[in-house]
Amino acid sequence: MAQTYLEFEKPIATLEGQIRELRDAGSAEGMDLVEEINKLEGKVSDQMERLYKNLDPWQKTQVARHANRPHCRDYIEALVDDFTPLAGDRLYSEDHAIMAGLGRWQGQRVAILGHEKGADTQGRLKHNFGMARPEGYRKAIRVMDMAERFGLPVVTLVDTAGAYPGIGAEERGQSEAIARCTDKCLQLGVPFVSVIIGEGGSGGALALATASRILMLEHSIYTVASPEACASILWRSSEHANIAAEALKVTAQDLQKLGVIDRILAEPMGGAHRDRKKTISDIGLAVAEELAQLSGLTAQELRDARRQKFLDMGRSGLV
Amino acid sequence: MNWIKNFVRPRFPSVFREHDDTPDNLWEACKKCGEMIFHRDLENLQKVCPGCDHHMRIGAKERFDALFDKGVYELIDLPDVAHDPLKFKDQKKYAERLKDARAKSGDKDAVKVAKGDLGGRPAIIAVQDFHFMGGSLGMAAGEAVVTAGQAALENNAPLIMVAAAGGARMQEGILSLMQMPRTTVIVQQLRERGLPYLVVLTDPTTGGVTASYGMLGDVHIAEPGALIGFAGPRVIQDTIKEKLPEGFQRAEYLLEHGMVDMVVHRHDMPATLARLIDLLTGGRAPEGAPA
Repeated sequence: MAQTYLEFEKPIATLEGQIRELRDAGSAEGMDLVEEINKLEGKVSDQMERLYKNLDPWQKTQVARHANRPHCRDYIEALVDDFTPLAGDRLYSEDHAIMAGLGRWQGQRVAILGHEKGADTQGRLKHNFGMARPEGYRKAIRVMDMAERFGLPVVTLVDTAGAYPGIGAEERGQSEAIARCTDKCLQLGVPFVSVIIGEGGSGGALALATASRILMLEHSIYTVASPEACASILWRSSEHANIAAEALKVTAQDLQKLGVIDRILAEPMGGAHRDRKKTISDIGLAVAEELAQLSGLTAQELRDARRQKFLDMGRSGLV
Repeated sequence: MNWIKNFVRPRFPSVFREHDDTPDNLWEACKKCGEMIFHRDLENLQKVCPGCDHHMRIGAKERFDALFDKGVYELIDLPDVAHDPLKFKDQKKYAERLKDARAKSGDKDAVKVAKGDLGGRPAIIAVQDFHFMGGSLGMAAGEAVVTAGQAALENNAPLIMVAAAGGARMQEGILSLMQMPRTTVIVQQLRERGLPYLVVLTDPTTGGVTASYGMLGDVHIAEPGALIGFAGPRVIQDTIKEKLPEGFQRAEYLLEHGMVDMVVHRHDMPATLARLIDLLTGGRAPEGAPA
């Protein structure tokens, strides 16, 4: 996959461009440029480390939305054996913005739900850029309901800018669907682990993320409103999105301090999109670990603990 | 039934009018039909235009006065929450915005909770006041809804939620989003106890409020003409670049699309709520509940 560079990655793009040129020149003219290339590669990794250790919230927002970042489908394909997709809310239609299905996660039978943004233009259109309509949330409710009846743990992979704001979505009860889905999350008597893999956008993310354990990838974000939307409301201009991102405290690191998420999963140097395979396998292990820890609890214990977790949120430790 | 029979003047108007130095000769124009209405009349009409029935926005006190029998009720103390946990600053510091809103309204935050009788039986009513920072759902409002639910559980009484808000309080970031699951937990507890949870959706109710406790009622009642939705109309318009249909996201539109049970005139609200509670419970406390 060709690397897409973000604005702030320009120095890296330049260095990697030079490396490519040296390689081409080397093979064309039979010169040995290994030393030179090694030197540049060293520079790249220094530069990358410095950049990625100090990403600001707006830069993280861009990394979280990076086109090459692994998406829900990538995780399912790599991690879930016997994946069997399930479709439709039985009420109106199938919503491709939310993937749903059954399968085995590291050998364990689970129900999986996740926002899928799509990987290319056609895919993005099909999946509506990961912005679900009420049908997506109602499908999620249906699948969670079934998971509970069969005692299957639920795993959700969250990656959405938010629920879709459209006429049909409103007419068919977008807010009711989100409210009911969150309601369902809080009733589940089975282990429930959620991972925010990219963008956790507002109520549309929350509806799948009200879990027993909430994990976030190191450079993912979770927010009440997109930095752009917040900026256009409070600063009257979406150009202040970088300032809004900072003020909103959207990063995994901030959210852990606020007691809203449970665990941060480190990303490979340079972000999940630079080593998709490792990112995916790390998530596979982490989710399996979390599921194992929840496996000894009864349905009532799981339900009570999850409700209490949210009731307690923000009640102490803040000023 | 008409409003004249229902309307009971608040018992201690002078107490609440301490800062009201409005001259007696003030007239207000209805924003919808332009009719000039004498402000004392407008108050007596609970701010419903006598000309066109337009329901203007009203505050928590007016709601409590109108909904509780004889306007008698007791406010429930609300717990303190963290102020400004994010140290948020946009063009102005959130701490200052909050201070201003408090000074202007004399209220601590957007949601107030009271206990009293409705139709002769105890009820808890929570009112979200749009005048306080757009009614926005932050930690204080969320905690108030939770407190209201707990009061209903303790008193074995129904909870009536009069909702109004532009949405989540952005200045509290993710902690405002977390009020959606928090309030949902309390609704679940009422449901499990068999206590009615009735939602009155007023103008405007959108965003995180509609997408949580606003749409989880046993019965959904909307005030005429109220804007109710998930995304605001401007956001939708900007996204789809299409003209929105006539009456889109208004109470009557939601009724037609199956999202609310009824659209009820403000003057008929107390009687409607009392009848619903009576029909649901027959006046009995749910089984297994503490006496």
